[in-house]
Amino acid sequence: MLRRRSEVGSTTVALSLAVFLVLMTVVTVYIFMAKVWWFPPAITEFGHEIDDQFGRTLLITGIVFVLAQFGLAYAVFKFRDQGQKATYFEGNNTMEIVWTLATVVLFVGLGLYARNAWAQVHFQGAAEGALPIEITAQQFVWNFRYAGPDGKFGREKPELVSASTGNPVGLDSTDPASKDDIVAPVIAVPVNREIELIIRSQDVTHSFYVRELRLKQDAVPGMEIHMHFNAAVPGNYEIACAELCGLGHYRMHSMLQVMAQEDFDKWVKDQEAANQ
Amino acid sequence: MVTHENGGGHGHHQAPTGFIRKYVFSIDHKVIGIQYLCLALFSVFVGMALSALMRLHLGWPNAHWSIFKGGLMTPEQYLALMTMHGTIMVFMVLTTAPQSGFGNYFLPIQIGAADMAFPVLNMLSFWTTMVSLLVMIAAFFVAGGAPIGGWTSYPPLSALGEMAGPGQGAGETLWIIGLAIFCGASLMGALNFITTLIDLRAKGMTLGRLPLTCWTWFVTAILGLLAFGVLLAACILLLLDRVAGTSFFIPGGLVITDQVITWHKGGSPLLWQHLFWFFGHPEVYIAILPGMGVASHLLSTFSRKPVFGYRAMVGAICGIGFLGFCVWGHHMFISGMSPYSAFAFSILTMTIGVPSAIKTFNWLGTLWGGKITFNCAMLFALGFVSLFVSGGLSGLFLAQPALDLYLHDGYFVVAHFHLIMGVAAIFGMFAGLYFWFPKMFGRFLNEGIGKLHFWLTFIGVYAIFMPMHFLGLAGHPRRYFDTTAVEFLQKLQPVHVFISIAAFITIGAQLIFLFNFFYSLYAGKECKEENPWHATTLEWSIPTPPPFDNFAGVEPVVYHGPYEFSVPGAADDYIPQHLAPNLVKKA
Amino acid sequence: MPGTVAEDLEIIDAGRGGGTGTPAGGDDDGGSSGPLRPVPRRAYFTALQLGLAAIVMFFMALASSYIVRRGLGLDWQRTPLPPVLWFNTVVLLASSVTIIVARRKLEGGEREAFRSWWWVTTGLGLLFLAGQIIAWRELAASGMLLATNPSSSFFYVLTAAHGLHLAGGIFSLFYVTLRNWKRSRISQSTAAELTSIYWHFMDGLWIFLFVLLTLGR
Repeated sequence: MLRRRSEVGSTTVALSLAVFLVLMTVVTVYIFMAKVWWFPPAITEFGHEIDDQFGRTLLITGIVFVLAQFGLAYAVFKFRDQGQKATYFEGNNTMEIVWTLATVVLFVGLGLYARNAWAQVHFQGAAEGALPIEITAQQFVWNFRYAGPDGKFGREKPELVSASTGNPVGLDSTDPASKDDIVAPVIAVPVNREIELIIRSQDVTHSFYVRELRLKQDAVPGMEIHMHFNAAVPGNYEIACAELCGLGHYRMHSMLQVMAQEDFDKWVKDQEAANQ
Repeated sequence: MVTHENGGGHGHHQAPTGFIRKYVFSIDHKVIGIQYLCLALFSVFVGMALSALMRLHLGWPNAHWSIFKGGLMTPEQYLALMTMHGTIMVFMVLTTAPQSGFGNYFLPIQIGAADMAFPVLNMLSFWTTMVSLLVMIAAFFVAGGAPIGGWTSYPPLSALGEMAGPGQGAGETLWIIGLAIFCGASLMGALNFITTLIDLRAKGMTLGRLPLTCWTWFVTAILGLLAFGVLLAACILLLLDRVAGTSFFIPGGLVITDQVITWHKGGSPLLWQHLFWFFGHPEVYIAILPGMGVASHLLSTFSRKPVFGYRAMVGAICGIGFLGFCVWGHHMFISGMSPYSAFAFSILTMTIGVPSAIKTFNWLGTLWGGKITFNCAMLFALGFVSLFVSGGLSGLFLAQPALDLYLHDGYFVVAHFHLIMGVAAIFGMFAGLYFWFPKMFGRFLNEGIGKLHFWLTFIGVYAIFMPMHFLGLAGHPRRYFDTTAVEFLQKLQPVHVFISIAAFITIGAQLIFLFNFFYSLYAGKECKEENPWHATTLEWSIPTPPPFDNFAGVEPVVYHGPYEFSVPGAADDYIPQHLAPNLVKKA
Repeated sequence: MPGTVAEDLEIIDAGRGGGTGTPAGGDDDGGSSGPLRPVPRRAYFTALQLGLAAIVMFFMALASSYIVRRGLGLDWQRTPLPPVLWFNTVVLLASSVTIIVARRKLEGGEREAFRSWWWVTTGLGLLFLAGQIIAWRELAASGMLLATNPSSSFFYVLTAAHGLHLAGGIFSLFYVTLRNWKRSRISQSTAAELTSIYWHFMDGLWIFLFVLLTLGR
């Protein structure tokens, strides 16, 4: 009698566990496939590559995820205690070798496949004629500097930094090259133009992050990190800080404005006028 | 009389009698194991309380609570909670409970030793851990409060003192000192574990007969031994940057709120990241490996089958341990590190998926063809496997630098590491506790309450952490006080509400567990048998609860492998490791 | 896979460990089944080796930080190494020789000679530490303080870390001579051997650090 009860109990639990695992898997896969919460559309070429690589990775991990969770669900239900005798085996070398090699090929292959997108972002420098923009992060503001008509960034000195009097990056007005530099709290770029970013930080580590660019780069004090992109779709995109930088981390926010060349020229003029 | 003076020899002739020697400054590995577990139990509830506050705020950031004047918390308080939640959970729970707690109690017994190799050192390492916990908790109560730099404590934020933010003054200093003390404690513990396993195994306990739990404790101790020294060095350098004005990690020309910092120059923030993650990545495996050992052990025991591919399992444990030291750079893909080394780190990281996959396949292989009993211990072990798969697979995304350009430092990462090193590891602990509780305390944890605890927790953790992946996909950066300042985050607020509700239910379930723990300790079903689970390893060959020197002065001899279940030709479906071949009943 | 009953019973008999009736030992220096043995002597050597491995990792972390930080070094200034360091190095090398002599005497049963040589070693160790403090004072007098320059920061950190570890060795030297070994689990000669391994290691570590500081300063 006791025996029977334990077997019934084991069937209930096994079934519940199996059903939960299947449900959890199905719901998870559904939300991923339906893209209920998803990336915004990419606006860079490497952004599309990254999305493709994400898709490949999702496919492979998705298959493994479903197989493993379903396999577990099946095993717990099928092999629940029904008074049977367990079969004795200690392993199977052929199977071990097969799945070891299979995962090596799959995982390392996936890693190698991802090289292309990474190479576009990092192994290649900015294209010839790129528009340089210097980003200086500080607690909890982004500053964007354009070199102006002379194409040269003027000298900066830490001791001249004074956010309160309108010189957040410490521009040295005695340097002629700094006269025409523009410093803005938002970044405007012409569409379809290669942009070279020079990313710096004044105080602690921040991270420049624009979802639509598929780009994230820490701004590390003491370093100048170069990145480049070419945005293909005009629009306004949000910049959020992605590296903990202090109590105002969550509100360290700015905008990336991608606009037509003529709009950009006008924007530059307006900024120059404002800087006078 | 305790044989303190014999410099670490066994004190197995007489048990200590006084309360202090028996329960406080005990040198008995079993008492120390329980002390560690109590420390972890206290810490896990502190850590959980912190997360409850965070979830309350994240779910309803604009709510006005009549009991909290002026809002629930300020941004700096939120970051302090987050920092301390991470630190306490990683160091005081995930590092202490599975390794120092269960490992201390059961490693010597499972290998047939009377105690750890160096019992006094063992006691010292516990009390040093305790001091470290107290120092860290003290950070809450100093001027400025607890640090806000996260458990990774990146300089210059962590190195500049109060000017970088509240909590970065005395609180951060205490945090670093606490961590340095913890390094010392862990080094002592690791040294003791490894020596015990190498030199104190009973006759017949060859490496091929070690239970997989012992293998994982062994490899975990090696990781600790090699990693904590590096963290200690990093802590010392960071502390000097803060208090002595050196410039190891602080570059020159920094300006904070228009004030130029002239007394530092030339340091490298990335240097800290390298040192920290050289420790930090092995630390992840320190948290999860013992859980893997317990899961393997229980899957075999409760499906009445040998572990599938014992050798492959051992190989995978060692492989994970070794690779754990070669992949720290994957935490730094977007830190400004050379993109070429990032790519190399990426490929190495992908290979770590291989031993992890081997383990998963072998767990399924262990269940296959078995006869599975579903008690609470087994349910948590099965939950571990499911969570390990779910949490591990997202690692394949984060291991690719190109995908990390989008996912790094977002909620996808939060979901990944909570599932794998947080929740999966905790499931390993629960499994171990439900399994070993009768041996440790002579009573069973209540199975009915336990099942309720399991189901609420298992469903709860999936409901908390699966949606976090989607927050990550939508681009939600982590460590955000609220979603008000960024437009695209505001649409995600309903997900935060859902996660918060799931979190409160799951936390409630842990209170059920706490009740079960204390209820069963005093009024649970008594366990008088030596071997209630019909298990094979040596801890089940001794009385319940175990006597002072474990084996009553007689050295056990081991004749069998650790997982001889359902051996054809034998009458019982298990053959204990210590049973002499001529005593094995034949069918 | 299950085979015949006979085969499987063989599995039971042999376990994983081997084919003979007596199981292969986890321990190799004990007798047969019997009372629990005390911690074997070699456990102390295992522990010492593990401790040294941890110390190596600690110093490797500092040394690689040194090399990395120097590589960044726009602000790196040459720290003049006080000449007294050469004297200290000779003292430490000499102490390694005297500790070898001391152990030979102990093994030869010449306890008095052992004690004298052991005290000489201890004295040389203390002399080395005193010499290091003099080196610090000289450096400080020349204006190179802890925070002056990364080069001097590392000099102080590395020498202090080594000095602390060496002080542990000196404590152990005192312990070997001053303790009553009759009531101990390990013999004085084992303790002396452990101490001397540690001492040689500290000696080698100093040579490594000295070379590093000389090349890198």
